[in-house]
Amino acid sequence: MALKKVKGSLERVFDKNLHDLVRGIRNHKDDEAKFIAQCIDEIKQELRQDNIAVKANAVAKLTYLQMLGYDISWAAFNVIEVMSSNKFTFKRIGYLAASQSFHEETEVLMLTTNMIRKDLSSQNQYDAAIALNGLSCFMTPDLARDLANDVMTLMTSTRPYIRKRAVLIMYKIFLKFPEALRPAFPRLKEKLEDPDPGVQSAAVNVICELARKNPKNYLSLAPVFFKLMTSSTNNWVLIKIIKLFGALTPLEPRLGKKLIEPLTNLIHSTSAMSLLYECINTVIAGMPNHNASIQLCVQKLRILIEDSDQNLKYLGLLAMSKILKTHPKSVQAHKDLILQCLDDKDESIRLRALDLLYGMVSKKNLMEIVRKLMVHMDKAEGSMYRDELLSKIVQICSQNNYQYITNFEWYVSVLVELTRVEGTRHGSVIASQMLDVAIRVKAIRAFAVEQMAQLLENSHTVASSAQRNGICEVLYAAAWIAGEFSEHLRDPRGTLDDMLRQKVTSLPGHIQAVFVQNIMKLYAAILVKYEEDEDNDGIREVSDLLVEKLPMFVQSGDLEVQERACCILQLMKYVKKLQDKDVSCADEVAALFAGELNPVAPKAQRKVAVPEGLDLDKWINDPPSDSSDDEGPANSLFIPDDSRMMNESMTRPVVEELSDDELERRREARRAETQNNPHYLKLGASAKGSKYQEVVNVEDIPVANIDLSVPLYVPVTENSPQSTKRLSDKYLEAERQARKRDKKRRHGKKSKRRHKSESEEDVPVVHKVDIMGGEMPEGATESGDEGNLELDDNDPHKLLDIDLDRPLDADEKLPVRTHRIVSPSAEDRPVEEKKKHHRKDKEKEKKRKEKEKKKSKKEKKRNKSGDDSAHPSLLIATELMSPGHEAIPSPGEEEEVAPPSAPVKKDTTPKKEEPKDDLDFWLSGQDAPVAVEVTAPEPGAAADVDSDAEDTSRHKKKKEKKAKKEKKEKKEKKEKKKKSKVANDEDVDSGRRDGFEELNSDGPPLPPMSSYRLLAEDSNIKMTYETRVQSQQGQQLIVSVIFTSLAEQHLKSLEFNVMDSLNTKMDRLPGATTHDGVPVPFQLPPNSFNEGQFAFQVQSINVAQKLRGTLTYTIKTEESSTSEKLDFKLYLPCTAFLIATPCSSDAFARLLQGGELSSKYSIKLSSGGAPFSHVLAKVCFYGHFAIVEQIDQSASLYSCSTQGHHICLLVKANGGGDVSIDGKCADGSLLSNVMEEIKVTAS
Amino acid sequence: MIKAIVVFNNHGKPRLIKFFQHYNEDMQQQIVRETFHLVSKRDENVCNFLEGGSLIGGSDYKIIYRHYATLYFVFCVDSSESELGILDLIQVFVETLDKAFENVCELDLIFHVDKVHYILQELVMGGMVLETNMTEIVTRIEEQSKLEKSEAGLAGAPARVVSAAKNLDLPKLPSNIQLPNLPSFR
Repeated sequence: MALKKVKGSLERVFDKNLHDLVRGIRNHKDDEAKFIAQCIDEIKQELRQDNIAVKANAVAKLTYLQMLGYDISWAAFNVIEVMSSNKFTFKRIGYLAASQSFHEETEVLMLTTNMIRKDLSSQNQYDAAIALNGLSCFMTPDLARDLANDVMTLMTSTRPYIRKRAVLIMYKIFLKFPEALRPAFPRLKEKLEDPDPGVQSAAVNVICELARKNPKNYLSLAPVFFKLMTSSTNNWVLIKIIKLFGALTPLEPRLGKKLIEPLTNLIHSTSAMSLLYECINTVIAGMPNHNASIQLCVQKLRILIEDSDQNLKYLGLLAMSKILKTHPKSVQAHKDLILQCLDDKDESIRLRALDLLYGMVSKKNLMEIVRKLMVHMDKAEGSMYRDELLSKIVQICSQNNYQYITNFEWYVSVLVELTRVEGTRHGSVIASQMLDVAIRVKAIRAFAVEQMAQLLENSHTVASSAQRNGICEVLYAAAWIAGEFSEHLRDPRGTLDDMLRQKVTSLPGHIQAVFVQNIMKLYAAILVKYEEDEDNDGIREVSDLLVEKLPMFVQSGDLEVQERACCILQLMKYVKKLQDKDVSCADEVAALFAGELNPVAPKAQRKVAVPEGLDLDKWINDPPSDSSDDEGPANSLFIPDDSRMMNESMTRPVVEELSDDELERRREARRAETQNNPHYLKLGASAKGSKYQEVVNVEDIPVANIDLSVPLYVPVTENSPQSTKRLSDKYLEAERQARKRDKKRRHGKKSKRRHKSESEEDVPVVHKVDIMGGEMPEGATESGDEGNLELDDNDPHKLLDIDLDRPLDADEKLPVRTHRIVSPSAEDRPVEEKKKHHRKDKEKEKKRKEKEKKKSKKEKKRNKSGDDSAHPSLLIATELMSPGHEAIPSPGEEEEVAPPSAPVKKDTTPKKEEPKDDLDFWLSGQDAPVAVEVTAPEPGAAADVDSDAEDTSRHKKKKEKKAKKEKKEKKEKKEKKKKSKVANDEDVDSGRRDGFEELNSDGPPLPPMSSYRLLAEDSNIKMTYETRVQSQQGQQLIVSVIFTSLAEQHLKSLEFNVMDSLNTKMDRLPGATTHDGVPVPFQLPPNSFNEGQFAFQVQSINVAQKLRGTLTYTIKTEESSTSEKLDFKLYLPCTAFLIATPCSSDAFARLLQGGELSSKYSIKLSSGGAPFSHVLAKVCFYGHFAIVEQIDQSASLYSCSTQGHHICLLVKANGGGDVSIDGKCADGSLLSNVMEEIKVTAS
Repeated sequence: MIKAIVVFNNHGKPRLIKFFQHYNEDMQQQIVRETFHLVSKRDENVCNFLEGGSLIGGSDYKIIYRHYATLYFVFCVDSSESELGILDLIQVFVETLDKAFENVCELDLIFHVDKVHYILQELVMGGMVLETNMTEIVTRIEEQSKLEKSEAGLAGAPARVVSAAKNLDLPKLPSNIQLPNLPSFR
């Protein structure tokens, strides 16, 4: 066999392996494609062979070829073959190929479910790991659904190596199968506190990814993360948590307050830059109102920006830009630094600094900064950066309605200069700025028109670049401005000539159209002027020129141009006819373009209120009948016009339903706003009520004196774009000089204000310009109405927006593939089901939460016990909550989870408070210690938790003082109620508890007590037990054992056996010998626990029993099962047979006097400093006694054994912490044994 | 989340590509080319962050890269990852390669791309950071190599001999990747 293998591998030696393939490719640099084609043929050959090693080799080669860009999807099936190999080596090759080439649409993935499941549960952890790794790359909805439960199991694996992978992959499962999120979430949350840091980190990672998209669902986790943040030292984990808080704090301002301290501490203390940076980011995002912290952040960021490490510099600027939004002043203080970064050699850094500049500018420094940017623009190499600079200049200048521009002539010159930037994509941006400024700033029009005329004159330089959105777009603006405001033109005739040049026809259509229209406007203006001057030659000449030149537009391929040109040409011919008859028609022509266009606010159209009685949805005419079928094709002649479609959609207005009051109020507000806004023209008294209130004569505009040092007309030096002196620089210099003069003057005066720094107001405003606000319809105000940011529909996270705080429903379980089991108690279940549905129908949304919680717990219990009850009835099994479904109480949560002390006990303690309230409590706790934590409920007596709860309430009492007194009282009432309820529900050991309850109702908090003690434990299972007796059955004792699984596999066929003694015998199945164990009627899934009860027959109860026993069980995995054995000693004390029976003091006295109780016994125990009441409680609890009477520091107790022995005790506290107990009983040995046991348990 | 990890040399030849989101092969090659174009024209002493290219992601994504000798290690990540953290992760990755190959150089990556993948699988899983402790990673890699060797056993011996013989004529290995220290993180 071995020989054959060797022979086989010898043959294989001559196959090409991956190494040879790589080398071959390197040796065939010239004909690589051919060589690879040849290799692929060989690979296909190899894949056809049966030998798995050959196949694996072929697949490995394919993976390499995939990297080079070759499609290998054709080999998908072979990849799966290799994946299914038993050998790790081949399996790994297969999974790698799959992870590189498979994706959601790969069909063969359907075949892999079982194989992956097998690999996941493999004994070899590396097999499982590569399967998980592969799965993470090609998760599909089907795989996610089918494997979710298997991965859930792996999350509790004993190996951290597997556990962390399982936790991480849950995220991929959630994305593809959102239904898994709720059932899996409790376990995921548990993993946040995993002992292995890797697993913990993975869990944090997953929750952060989830919370990033749906932060509000994870707010309730804040306390857990807070604790992690303050305790973890792992920087990776810390960074993730802090990032998560960055997403949570905007939703919950109180969280920000809570975080400030630890975050600032971290900022001060950490040496890790990455952590520092994330802390700063979270402070910025979460607590923008905390000025001290923001200042600290800005300081730290300055240090980052000054660092020589370019990465830190970059990040510092990035974070700065976030602060800029909320605290522009703080950032402005570091202007020097940011301007410095503009000169950095690193483009990324320059871009970041550019972003910041936006907030740096003021009236004072705008010109300087823009000048600097323009210098940069000349130097910039990449067109990308240059474009970015250009758009930034425009953005900076135009921000806030041109807030920082004092001199619009300067701005227009800047815009004109920008047109000389080579190859920019932002021509239309410049154009719209030109239009905007020229229209809205009336005082600048004359200057702007002159500049535009210059531009038109030099249009040949601009028009050469015909690229769309290129710089030629500015001609659009130039032509329109020159035409519309032609009255300002110095030489209209010259401009007309410029616009009629042949070159114009090479411009894009929409620009030509504007040219045509404005040629006519110009013509009208010229005509009017000539007629005034009675220059008939001129009139004739210019008319001829137009008639001669316009046909070049008529021939245009662009419909719009052609149509307009035709129209205007005909008009011209008509005008010319009139002129030939010596009819002056200038006024008529000018009337075509009379009136002024006013700027309209961008939102004005939408805000037009629909007049009363107008129904926009009603047909104006009857709708056309559908019968006209020959219309269709005719339409295709015309290209559908986008703008028309847009107009159509615009006519559907947003109907604002405004009451009259509201309208009046808004009007008033608007009036007030316009009054105070310097950019608004003040209303004349007469203008009131007019629709065009803002239209005021140009003469009325208050225009400040223009500084004469600035020439109004600046010739554009078209031949010298590289000239060192810029046109716009003149303004800068002028301003500088003005400022200097100003300073001198002030200096000369020796004014007292000398030390006062220059404020915004000191900036000499060269050119006061009024900017009109856009026109708005009456009653409408400018307001942003952006829709809320919502997740994209395609984003898988949208489906993960799931409420995680709501308790799990009964039907919310991960799908488990199981064999169909016919339940023996099938008749019970339908009833149960019906009930559930019935109730469900009734339930209203709001009530649902609480009820369902209770119900689901109950139902689960019932369903399970229904299954289990198939086993012999002497074993009563109760399903306890498995930890996976158990809500972990958050710190500070004040709730009691009823411990499973009694088998038939109902769920008496539902959750009182919603988790949200816990968060509130946590957040409101100002200086309370963070971890006011109720210990996770362990299987123990009710007393345990009760006392804890009281502990907490006491704690609260102190803290909340008066404010919550009422609440507290209520709570206490509730607690009492609950206690009595608990007592009522106990039907087995109610008696023994009663005494204790009374005792506990007052006095200091008791230490936790549990009647469960450890039986035995190994690496797979842990057993704790409690004894129970019933007064009617004097011989019987029930031992209730809780089996807790510690293994990650299923534990099956548990068998519990005890060596019978003469005195004590275990009840077994009928026909079983004393060597047969009692089968435990359930299996243990990983990390669950369950309770089994075993009955014993006891002859004599006056001696404690120690029984040896063995538990055997089987660990079941996919392939194998191993049997394990666990020995234990079962200790049955005498007190186990006592039942705390209430007894009146009269009856007690009679008993003592009756002389029946002949034996006496005394013990002394030291209380160890515990108060008397504690000692008493312990004696009652462990010894099963009831208090008959208590006077100060002494008490009389009574108990009765299952076989009718009366035991009376007198407990007295002696000074010095000693407690003496005297007892009386008919049976001396029972008494002494009981009292010795008490001595042990109570001290 | 990490969206993609690409390693290519100074000429843009891919040495390792790992996408955590599906792209077809042509698209993958195009992304590599684009990324190479973006990264290669940058100077040595500039920052290691780039706003993402048009092909991969959008404004939420960043390219974070490091240049070692002849190789570029490029990670494309979204905003949930810490920039400096990822830089450190790259360092961990390279240092691990250095340990696993004993003075790693480009040729190691060329001829053992599968092994590089296995190492990467120990660091990152499904786009999320899995482990950053180098000793842990190296231990796991070694254990797996051992497992592989034990499986090859007797049958693997001849193949090993032949491949050793084949390796004899390997060209002289170029200089190693120099590992600079990274002060920012630890």
